[in-house]
Amino acid sequence: MINFVLLISRQGKVRLTKWYSPYSQKERSKVIRELSGLILARGPKLCNFVEWRGYKVVYRRYASLYFCMCINADDNELEILEIIHHFVEILDRYFGSVCELDLIFNFHKAYYILDEILIAGELQESSKKTVARLIAAQDSLVEAAKEQASSVSNMIAQVTK
Amino acid sequence: MEQLKTIGRELAIGSHGGWGQSKEFLDLVKSIGEARSKAEEDRIILREVESLRRRIAEPDVPRRKMKDYIIRLVYAEMLGHDASFGYIHAVKMTHHDALPLKRTGYLAVTLFLSEDHDLIILIVNTIQKDLRSDNYLVVCAALAAVCKLINEETIPAVLPQVVDLLAHPKEAVRKKAVMALHRFYQRSPASVSHLVSNFRKRLCDSDPGVMGATLCPLFDLISADGNSYKDLVISFVGILKQVAERRLPKTYDYHQMAAPFIQIKLLKILALLGSGDKQASGHMYNVLGDIFRKSEQSSNIGNAVLYETICCVSSIYPNAKLLEAAAEATSKFLKSDSHNLKYMGVDALGRLIRINPDTAEEHQLAVIDCLEDPDDTLKRKTFELLYKMTKSTNVEVIVNRMIEYMINISDNHYKTEIASRCVELAEQFAPTNEWFIQTMNKVFEHAGDLVNVRVAHNLMRLIAEGFGEDDEGAESQLRSSAVDSYLRILREPKLPSLFLQVICWVLGEYGTADGKYSAAYIIGKLCDVTEALLCDDTVKAYAISAIMKICAFEIAEGRKVEMLPECQSLIDELSTSHSTDLQQRAYELQAFLCLESQAVERVMPLDASCEDIEIDKNLTFLKDFVQQSIENGARPYIPESERSGMSNVSNFKSQYQHEASSHMLRFEAYELPRPSPAHVIPQVSVPTPIADLVPVPETTYNSKTSQASKLPSVTDASSAAHGLKLHLDGVQRRWGRPTYSSSSGPSSTTSTEKTTNGVTHIDGVSSQPRDKLNESRRQQPEVSAEKQKLAASLFGGSAGKTEKKATSTQRAPKGNTRNAERPGATRSVSPETSKEKAAPSVPDLLDLGEPNPTSTTIVDPFKQLEGLVGPTPVPSPLDNSVKTSGLETPDLMAAVYTDLPPSGSSSGSLGSTIGDMYSADKTSNTATSAPSIKKGPFPQDSLRKDARARQVGVTPTGNNPNLFKDLLG
Repeated sequence: MINFVLLISRQGKVRLTKWYSPYSQKERSKVIRELSGLILARGPKLCNFVEWRGYKVVYRRYASLYFCMCINADDNELEILEIIHHFVEILDRYFGSVCELDLIFNFHKAYYILDEILIAGELQESSKKTVARLIAAQDSLVEAAKEQASSVSNMIAQVTK
Repeated sequence: MEQLKTIGRELAIGSHGGWGQSKEFLDLVKSIGEARSKAEEDRIILREVESLRRRIAEPDVPRRKMKDYIIRLVYAEMLGHDASFGYIHAVKMTHHDALPLKRTGYLAVTLFLSEDHDLIILIVNTIQKDLRSDNYLVVCAALAAVCKLINEETIPAVLPQVVDLLAHPKEAVRKKAVMALHRFYQRSPASVSHLVSNFRKRLCDSDPGVMGATLCPLFDLISADGNSYKDLVISFVGILKQVAERRLPKTYDYHQMAAPFIQIKLLKILALLGSGDKQASGHMYNVLGDIFRKSEQSSNIGNAVLYETICCVSSIYPNAKLLEAAAEATSKFLKSDSHNLKYMGVDALGRLIRINPDTAEEHQLAVIDCLEDPDDTLKRKTFELLYKMTKSTNVEVIVNRMIEYMINISDNHYKTEIASRCVELAEQFAPTNEWFIQTMNKVFEHAGDLVNVRVAHNLMRLIAEGFGEDDEGAESQLRSSAVDSYLRILREPKLPSLFLQVICWVLGEYGTADGKYSAAYIIGKLCDVTEALLCDDTVKAYAISAIMKICAFEIAEGRKVEMLPECQSLIDELSTSHSTDLQQRAYELQAFLCLESQAVERVMPLDASCEDIEIDKNLTFLKDFVQQSIENGARPYIPESERSGMSNVSNFKSQYQHEASSHMLRFEAYELPRPSPAHVIPQVSVPTPIADLVPVPETTYNSKTSQASKLPSVTDASSAAHGLKLHLDGVQRRWGRPTYSSSSGPSSTTSTEKTTNGVTHIDGVSSQPRDKLNESRRQQPEVSAEKQKLAASLFGGSAGKTEKKATSTQRAPKGNTRNAERPGATRSVSPETSKEKAAPSVPDLLDLGEPNPTSTTIVDPFKQLEGLVGPTPVPSPLDNSVKTSGLETPDLMAAVYTDLPPSGSSSGSLGSTIGDMYSADKTSNTATSAPSIKKGPFPQDSLRKDARARQVGVTPTGNNPNLFKDLLG
C-alpha cells in the first residue's frame, strides 16, 4: 500500500502532497523535511529507493521535480517506480507535455488525476485511456455546468431532483 | 520595453492566463516561487492565511470567489500551514448542487480532514445523498470521499448504498465501490465480513479495470486467511494466463507489457495461496513458466513482473525447474549495471537462498560488490541478505561488518534494527564466549540506548546461565571474562544507561566470584558508576543492589565488610533521594549490614539468579488465613463473574458517561450493560468515617461516598482534620467525578510487595524474558540448517575474502553441534548436498517438476474461465502481439536458456524507460522515448507555454534553468 505521495522540487519546495495514511500536520512537515534531505542529496546513479523508518520510499526524478511514494517494506519497488511513470504519462497526456509550472498552477487538477489513479493508497486503474476518459468527462461536465449555471434547464433539473 | 512586459503580463493575468485561476492566486504562487528562503515563504503564506481568514468569513461571498478561497487554503495547508478555520467552508461547499463546486468541496475535505475529525459527521448526509445521484460523476466524487473520510463509526451509514453501487452500470462507479469496500475492510474487517462474496462476484466483472481493482481487497483477505480462498486458485491462474496471453484490451498494455500491474497483483495473490500448499502450487507451475519465458528484461516494468514472479516461485511449494529459471533471472539482476536491478537482485537472492542455499554461491562476488557500494540503500539490502545467510562459520565476518557499519551511521531507526540483528546473530551463532562478550560490548557501547531492554536481559541471562552446556568451568570462565572486560570498559567516560545496568548487575553477581578482585575494589567501581555523567535512577538502583549483593556474599563468607567512605556517602545520598525505590534500596542495604551471616545467606544466596522462581497463582498458602477470617465473620470473596447482578445502577451511570465522552453518532444498537467491578470493591470495605456521615440510602451514593471520602483520608492522613472536613467532602463527592481512591487498597499492597520482593527484584526481571528467548529459539530451526549449508559454500571456496574465512573455519564452533541437532532441511531442494537427509522429499520435488500431470488439470478450468474477462479479446490483438513480439520471443528464450544477455539494440527502443529515470541528465534519449510512448513534447505547445510563463512573469526558481523543461524530458 502507498502511504503517501510527495512531489518536491529540487530546491525542496513542496509541489503536491497526498496522504493515504493518517499523519498529523506536524508529522507531515517532519516527514517532508526528512525525506527531502534524504532524497535530494542522493546522486544520480544510485538506487531510486530509500529505506526510511521501516518503510521504503521510491522516488523518480523528472526534470527538476521529484515524485516520491512511500510504500510498505514488502511492496514491489519496481512496480511503484512504474506507477509513478504511469502517473506522469497521464499528466503529460492531459496537459500536453507537462511541466512543473502546470502542476504548480493546476495542482487541484493534478489531485483529480491522482484520485483517478490511486484510491486509498492502491492502484485503482492501470489503463491510461480509462483515466483520460473519466477526467475528460468531468471536465466537460464542469464546462457545461458553467455555461448552464443560470439557464432554465438547470433550474428545472434542480427542481425535479 | 519594461512597460510592454508589464502590459503583457497584465493582459495574461486579466484573461486568467489560461490557467483558470484568479489573479490573487497567481500572485500568491508567484511570490511563493520567488521566495528565497523557507522563512520568507512562511511569512507570505501566513499573510495570505490571515487575509483569507478575514475574507472567507464575510457574508455573501460569491460562489466562484469561495471556490478560489478554498483552493488557496488547500495550497496553504499543502505547504504545512494551519487552515482549520476554513474547513467548515469546504464542508459547506460539498453541499452545493453545481458539480464544479461540489468537486472542489470534496477535494478540499479529503485533503483537510482526517478520518476522526469532528466535521465528518456533517458530510455523511451529503455523501449519502450524492451516492444516490443520477450523475455518475457525482457518485464517483462521493465514493472518493468515502474512501478517505468514512471511519469505523460511520461505515454503517453508507455501507448499504456502497454495496448497491457494486451493480452500477458504469464501470468507474463499480471500481470505486470495490475500493471503498476494501477501505472499509481495512478500517474494520467485521463491518464487511458478510460481503466477501461480492468481491468474488466482482472478480468476474466484464470490465478488466473492475476486476483489477477487486484484486486489492482479495489480496488483503487472502493474506488474512488463505485457506478460505483456495477454490479461487484456478480462477486466478486462469486470469493470469489470459492476461499474459494479451487477451485484455490494448489500453491496459504498458510499455509493451500486457497489463503488468494486474499481473503483479495476481502473482502476489498466488504467492500467498501457494505457500506451503503443494496442490495449489501445482496449478500454478505452467503459467509461471510461461511468464518466465515471456519475460522482458529490457524494460523496467518487465523486470518488475519478473521480480514478482521470482517472489512467487520462492514462496509457493518448490519446483526445481521454476527455481532454476528464477535463479537465472536473479543472476541477471545482480549482473546488471543498474543499481535498482541490483537491489532487486539482492532481495530476490535473499528469497531464493531460503529454499536452496547453494544459489548464493555463484554470486558471492556480486554480493560483496554490493556491500562495498557507496549507495547506502544497496548496502543495507545486502546486510539484510547477509543476515539471512549467517551461520556459525561466517558469523564473525558478518557481525563485525555490521558493527563497523553501525558505528558510522546516524540514522537511529536503522541503527536500532542493525544492532538488534547483531545481537540476535551473536546469540545464535557465537563461536566463543570471549567473542560473544566482546561483540555485545561493542553493540552496547555504540547503540546501547537504542537496543531493546530485552536484549540486555538476555545478555545478563546468558552470562548467568552460560550457553546451556553443563560445563561449570566454561561458565565461570565466561563470567570472569565478562567481569574483566566490564571493569576495563568502565574506564570509558560515556556509556549508555542500559549498558551500565548490565555492567552493574554482572559485577554485583560475579564481581567477586573468582576471587580475583576484592569486594572493596568492586564496590569502589560501582560507586564510580553512580557518579558518571549519564547515570539515571535505574542505573543507581542497579548499582546499589549490586553493592548489596557483594556485601551479602562477603558477610555470608564470614568476612567483615568495611564501608568505604564513598559508598557510605552514596547510601546517604540515596536514602534521601526523591525516588522511593532508591530510598528503599538504600535502607535495605543499611539494614542488611547489621544482620547475622546466616540470615544474610538465606536472604541473598549466591548465584540466586539461576534458580527458578515458582509462582503459586492460586495463592494456596493464604488458604488458612482466609479460612480463619471467614470463621471470624468476614464476608467470602465473590468472583467477578458472580458479582454482575449487584451493581446495575452504578453501571448504568458509567455507561452513560462513556456515551457522553465519546460524543459520536452511533449507528448500532446499545450494548448490553456490563458490570464494572471498580464500584463494588469499595462497597465491601466501607471505611468507618462514613457511618457518621451518610444519611443517603441508595447504594450508588453509598459507594460513591466511600470512594470520595477515601481520597482525603489517604492524602491527609490526620483523622482529626478529616472529621472537620467531612461535610465539605460530601458536597464535592456528590457532584464530582468518581475518583481513583478505590485503588488505595491495591496500591498499598503493591508497595508491600515491593518491600518483600525488593531484594530479588532484579533477578525476577532477568528470569522473565527467558521464555521469550526460548520461544525465539524454537522458531529458528527451519532456517538455520539451510544457513549452515549455504555459508559453507559461500565463504568456503571463494576468491573473495580468504583470510577471514580461514580463521573462521578453523575454529570448531560450539554452535555447530547445537544447530545440527535442530530439525530442518525439509524444504531443501539441492539434491547433492542433502541426499541422505532429505531423501523422502527429493522424489516429491522431482514429481512436481513434471508438468504433465498438472497441465491436464489446468486446461479445463482455464477453458471454463475463458469468457471471464468478457468479450473484448479479439483475434486481432493476438495477431498484433505475435507480430510485435515475434522477434523478441525467441531471443528472450535463448537469453534465459543459454545465458546470453539481452542484445543492446532491443534495449535501445524498448528499454528507454530505464534511461528515463535519469532524464534530468540525458537528452539524447528523448528521440527514442517519444515514439515509443506515442506522445511527448509537442514543440508548439511548450513554446506557447513558455511564452505564457514569461508573460505572467512567474519565475519560481530563476536560478534553475531546467525548471521549465517538460517533465518527460
